[in-house]
Amino acid sequence: MSHVLVVYTDDEPGVLTRVASLFRRRGFNIHSLTVGPTERERVSRMTIVVDADEILARRAVEHLRKLVNVLEVQQLDRARKVVRDLALVRVKAGPEIRSRVLELVQVFRANVVDIAEDSLVIECTGNLEKIEALVEMLRPYGILEVGRTGAVALARGSRAGARRTLATVPGTDGPQTMSV
Amino acid sequence: MKQSGAQIIWECLVREGVDTVFGYPGGAILPAYDAMLGYPIRHVLVRHEQSAAHMADGYARASGRVGVVVATSGPGATNLVTGLATAMMDSSPVVAITGQVGSALLGTDAFQEVDITGITLPITKHNYLVTRAADVAPALREAFAVARSGRPGPVLVDITKDAQQGLAELDWEGAVPSRHLRHIPPFPDEKELAAAAELINAAHRPLILAGHGIQLSGARAEVLSFAERGDVPFAITLLGLGAVPATHPLSLGMMGMHGEAWVNHAIQEADLLLAFGMRFDDRVTGKLREYAPNAKKIHIDIDPSEINKIVPVDLALGGDLKAVLEALLPLVQVADRSAWLDRIRSWKGDSAVRDIKNLPDEGHLYAAHVMNDLWRLTKGGAVVVSDVGQHQMWEAQYYHHDAERSLITSGGAGTMGFALPAAIGAKLARPDAEDWVVAGDGGFQMTFAELITTVQEQVKVNIAVINNGYLGMVRQWQELFYEGRYAATPILSPDFVKLAEAFGIPGIRVQRRGEVAEAVARAREAQGTVLVEFRVEQEDSVYPMVPAGAALHEMIRRPAPSAIAETGSDPV
Ligand SMILES: Cc1cc2nc3c(=O)[nH]c(=O)nc-3n(C[C@H](O)[C@H](O)[C@H](O)COP(=O)(O)OP(=O)(O)OC[C@H]3O[C@@H](n4cnc5c(N)ncnc54)[C@H](O)[C@@H]3O)c2cc1C
Ligand SMILES: Cc1ncc(C[n+]2csc(CCOP(=O)(O)OP(=O)(O)O)c2C)c(N)n1
Ligand SMILES: [Mg+2]
Repeated sequence: MSHVLVVYTDDEPGVLTRVASLFRRRGFNIHSLTVGPTERERVSRMTIVVDADEILARRAVEHLRKLVNVLEVQQLDRARKVVRDLALVRVKAGPEIRSRVLELVQVFRANVVDIAEDSLVIECTGNLEKIEALVEMLRPYGILEVGRTGAVALARGSRAGARRTLATVPGTDGPQTMSV
Repeated sequence: MKQSGAQIIWECLVREGVDTVFGYPGGAILPAYDAMLGYPIRHVLVRHEQSAAHMADGYARASGRVGVVVATSGPGATNLVTGLATAMMDSSPVVAITGQVGSALLGTDAFQEVDITGITLPITKHNYLVTRAADVAPALREAFAVARSGRPGPVLVDITKDAQQGLAELDWEGAVPSRHLRHIPPFPDEKELAAAAELINAAHRPLILAGHGIQLSGARAEVLSFAERGDVPFAITLLGLGAVPATHPLSLGMMGMHGEAWVNHAIQEADLLLAFGMRFDDRVTGKLREYAPNAKKIHIDIDPSEINKIVPVDLALGGDLKAVLEALLPLVQVADRSAWLDRIRSWKGDSAVRDIKNLPDEGHLYAAHVMNDLWRLTKGGAVVVSDVGQHQMWEAQYYHHDAERSLITSGGAGTMGFALPAAIGAKLARPDAEDWVVAGDGGFQMTFAELITTVQEQVKVNIAVINNGYLGMVRQWQELFYEGRYAATPILSPDFVKLAEAFGIPGIRVQRRGEVAEAVARAREAQGTVLVEFRVEQEDSVYPMVPAGAALHEMIRRPAPSAIAETGSDPV
């Protein structure tokens, strides 16, 4: 079973190592981990998809909360969330099959972002199932390369990320220049 | 006024209330050492950095204050690793300060460069790499706050040489830390407290599992009020010994692998377990599937990641034990549980007390007797720092700890070599206490170089080396589970009396029980450190014992005395 955790951290060197090290050491299985900046300066946001049962996922949350660099951890509700993955797929598309590939791109509401003589690069955003379905459909034409981001997720509804918590937590600005 | 990063280090330590640091100098930490001379802080020069870390740990455990250790880069820093892991496992507040190569050289495999923040990532609560003088104060201040707050633990601050040499303004107020306050678990609400009280008031056979968290929280009085109010007996973990008094009428003694038989029976029969600041270590639970099968469980712990980690509980109250108990106490009904207490008492006849009484003492010296005599001779008033092995378990069984912080031992890591250095740290934290090291012949040989530290620093510790000629605890496992094949467990020792003399301290050898009292008295009276070697029965074993993987009630008991002694007086 997979769980989606959203982790707000200080944007400092080494934080990713701390999080990754925690998962490795405690034997939690990471399915995907993405990290990027947020609407707040010096705060990063990670989306971590873990393969774990409910109890283990809760434990992962509690362990993450013990990291000094972690501002907030949310375990996204099973149903009430938007989860998106981005895939870039280079697929063979010589003149004889190009139109059929382009049809697929339309059906999946994907985009063509690069065209070469006998191949295309397709960009597709969506949940895991959609992306895997597209990849499966493209496979017979000859997939040359796939690059995927892993999941990025937000809770549905008006809940505004970690802002509420961030505002009430004292001293979210720790020493900035040091750390591992 | 600008100061060097090196000066700022000591400015911070003074402001944090540090009076003693334990360390060893070297190139990358030289600027800090050079600046040290101008500050009212005592530096204890060790013989190995691992010992310095244990000393800081012992200092912390004896006093509750943060212990500080200083080392240089590279091998100096890596030598701290065992000491930091030991402190981490037992939630001991330690701050380690290491020198690091200049920031321009980081990542170049420079002379004595080691990625110590990377290495210590999983064995510290947090760590820092400081590359600018201006960052020294914020890092150190936060390090102390992290080390001592919540569930305590070690923190390492790695400071590059240029950060020590560079100049900065010390902005103490501006460095006030706050990130350690980010995740204070919500205090239990009224509903949770009421639910807990309901379980407690309804229980017929409740039992408190008293852990190290009682000591860390300073919750002794609250735990005792709770126990007395509800007439609830308590069993104690190894690290909980002393946190609550052993001779209290409701005290049962130690639980677990080498716990008292009646304690483990009580756990298996209880209908409610109240885990107070303990983490269900596998030495405590035995086989999990059969652990306390009849009991509901309530867990009070400051660390939410401990909840449901090992033993699933019916109710968890997160937070500082003292505060939680204060809130819970008014809801607990005064009760009389004498039926339950009588039942436990009826098991007491079948006990370690019987075991020790049955040991013949003519011509034999049993470590259990030595520990029991030491307890009587010191009137239970010493701070005992035990090493790891059989002697550690005998100490726990036969030295009855009433006073807080009166037993210091490596429980979670089980680090041999811990005792002597930790005792030096403990003595410096509480100079008025009488300290006894209880170490095995094996573990003592790991760090006995620190004997000379007690001389150079004029620190008095009394040392009992329990010499059985074996790595006894491992030998015991070989005897019981490996058909007596003693692979690599017989261990030769130097002549400990002569060894002591070489260090300029008195050494005494004890071979018979009749000699114990005099030797202990001589050690206590002496000005400085004294080493007493007890030549004990070589192939004695610690009982009772729950074999690894067995349920708590499946204890191996001491065989009839005749099986372990050819001669001797009749069993009592
Ligand atoms: C050879 C050997 C044999 C051993 N045999 C035994 C044995 O027979 N029996 C035994 O008991 N142990 C034994 N041990 C020790 C064992 O390995 C563990 O170290 C010990 O059981 C841990 O005790 P603890 O859970 O009380 O303490 P810790 O491991 O220190 O855990 C403390 C707990 O308290 C919590 N806490 C901290 N501060 C607070 C606070 N303010 N408020 C609330 N909670 C707080 C922490 O989060 C943690 O969960 C043995 C060790 C060795 C080396
Ligand atoms: C550093 C370290 N290495 C190995 C062990 C494994 N070990 C646990 S107890 C023990 C034997 C200890 O022997 P000794 O110090 O003589 O004490 P005794 O058990 O004989 O009382 C060993 C080797 C350990 N706990 N720590
Ligand atoms: Mg031995």
